[in-house]
Amino acid sequence: MAHGPEVTAAINRLAFQGDVLFDRFQMAVPAGQVVALLGRSGVGKTTLLRVIAGAEAGFDGDVRIAGVPAASAPIPGFVFQDARLLPWCDAVGNIRAVAPRIDDARCLALIDAVGLTGFARAFPHQMSGGMQRRLGLARALAVNSGLFLLDEPFASLDRDTASEVTDQVRRVFATSRPTVVLVSHDAADAARLAHRAVVLAGRPARIVADVDLPGDPAERSLAEIAEITATLVSAQARDI
Amino acid sequence: MPLGGDHKTDDRLKWLGRLSLPLLIVVWQGAALIAQSRFAPGPWSVVGRTVDLIREGHLLADFGQTLARAGVAFALAMVIGTGLGVVFGRVRWLDRLFSAWVVVGLNLPAIVVAILCYIWLGLTDVALVLAVVLNKVPLVVTTIRAGVRALDPSLDELARVYRMPRRRWLRLILLPQLLPHVMTAARTGLSLVWKIVLVFEVLGSDGGVGFRVGVFFQFFDMTGILAYTVCFVALVLGLEYGCLRPVEWRMTRWRMDQR
Repeated sequence: MAHGPEVTAAINRLAFQGDVLFDRFQMAVPAGQVVALLGRSGVGKTTLLRVIAGAEAGFDGDVRIAGVPAASAPIPGFVFQDARLLPWCDAVGNIRAVAPRIDDARCLALIDAVGLTGFARAFPHQMSGGMQRRLGLARALAVNSGLFLLDEPFASLDRDTASEVTDQVRRVFATSRPTVVLVSHDAADAARLAHRAVVLAGRPARIVADVDLPGDPAERSLAEIAEITATLVSAQARDI
Repeated sequence: MPLGGDHKTDDRLKWLGRLSLPLLIVVWQGAALIAQSRFAPGPWSVVGRTVDLIREGHLLADFGQTLARAGVAFALAMVIGTGLGVVFGRVRWLDRLFSAWVVVGLNLPAIVVAILCYIWLGLTDVALVLAVVLNKVPLVVTTIRAGVRALDPSLDELARVYRMPRRRWLRLILLPQLLPHVMTAARTGLSLVWKIVLVFEVLGSDGGVGFRVGVFFQFFDMTGILAYTVCFVALVLGLEYGCLRPVEWRMTRWRMDQR
């Protein structure tokens, strides 16, 4: 797994249907850091993620991944709010859809790594919701660019499944040290996974809090997670 | 009667299904015996006449001609209609611009199109195929356009985020979603193409199933008409079960498995 690249985003102006979402906005994510983007729904978190992915055109600004414009940089691993799998492809087919040159051994290794051993030829409808999410994670890992963009990956999951997927994500982050931008509206997600939390608010969006979180996310105790969560919740509330 | 059947009921239903065709033949034979008319021949007379027609060489030659015309017209209509359907489904302004054309095409009587083509191009195969294509394309466009409008935008976003090249997007995102609509267009299209080709062959052609049925009609040769009809039905069933269904099964296996 590649070590994560540095990400810099400078958006002079980004509007959607006349509504200015970002105006002279700047953010940087150092290489190998996990940053949680927090904020209310509609503030522009997902749009920012799409900008970093190079999938958002028509804005005035400059987004670079390891110094290269986002649209020409290696494709990041993207995890959506839903599993977003191709129902007509099996697990291997879904991985190959985004990484066509991946060899069989690595493909199976990724499937094993997310706990889906024996499900390589299973179709999405033959998997539980949690398994589908983990396959989405394996797909993101397959592109192997060292940059992960996670858009509320635990939203709409029940508590057990969310915990199962979170553990999987933590293990992946701990072993490969990628650069990650994690969008969430839940401060607890940031407390469990991130080195740093950035709170967005307002329209156009601005950074209202930028907090370096203490300790290594992989080694945080439940008490530490609870304490950090409380801090972040109060940081979000201050803005409101 | 309970709705959920046990294995015995299922077996009985299966047997009843197998008896359906023999029952039709028995009823047909019974009706022929009662009618005792040369305008109501029984199944055995029709089978005998079919064998004669095959021996004389007419039947296979006529079916070959009709099959070739229908095949070319069907393929052209599917390719043109699918292409236009995809474009109209994705490009709003083009759809608006040509929406009236599609409605006119859908409602234009097939016979009028055939006569116009025959007048403009003469009684040729080109005129016949063109008339069939003009009749069929609007139907394919409408079906495929509806399929394109129903495409899942979230999968397009997946393709954008992972920067899928056009060909991979076509193969993995567009075609699998469009396939049920393409199969519907193919199935309805095939039935329409057969009927139109036969009518057009009656109207102006020097061979083919429609032409031969027209000749039989002039001589009130009911046995000949029924011989061609039975062979035609057998051919259509053969295409449905030997070609369309296996293709559909292969391409939508994941969906069948889901049920």
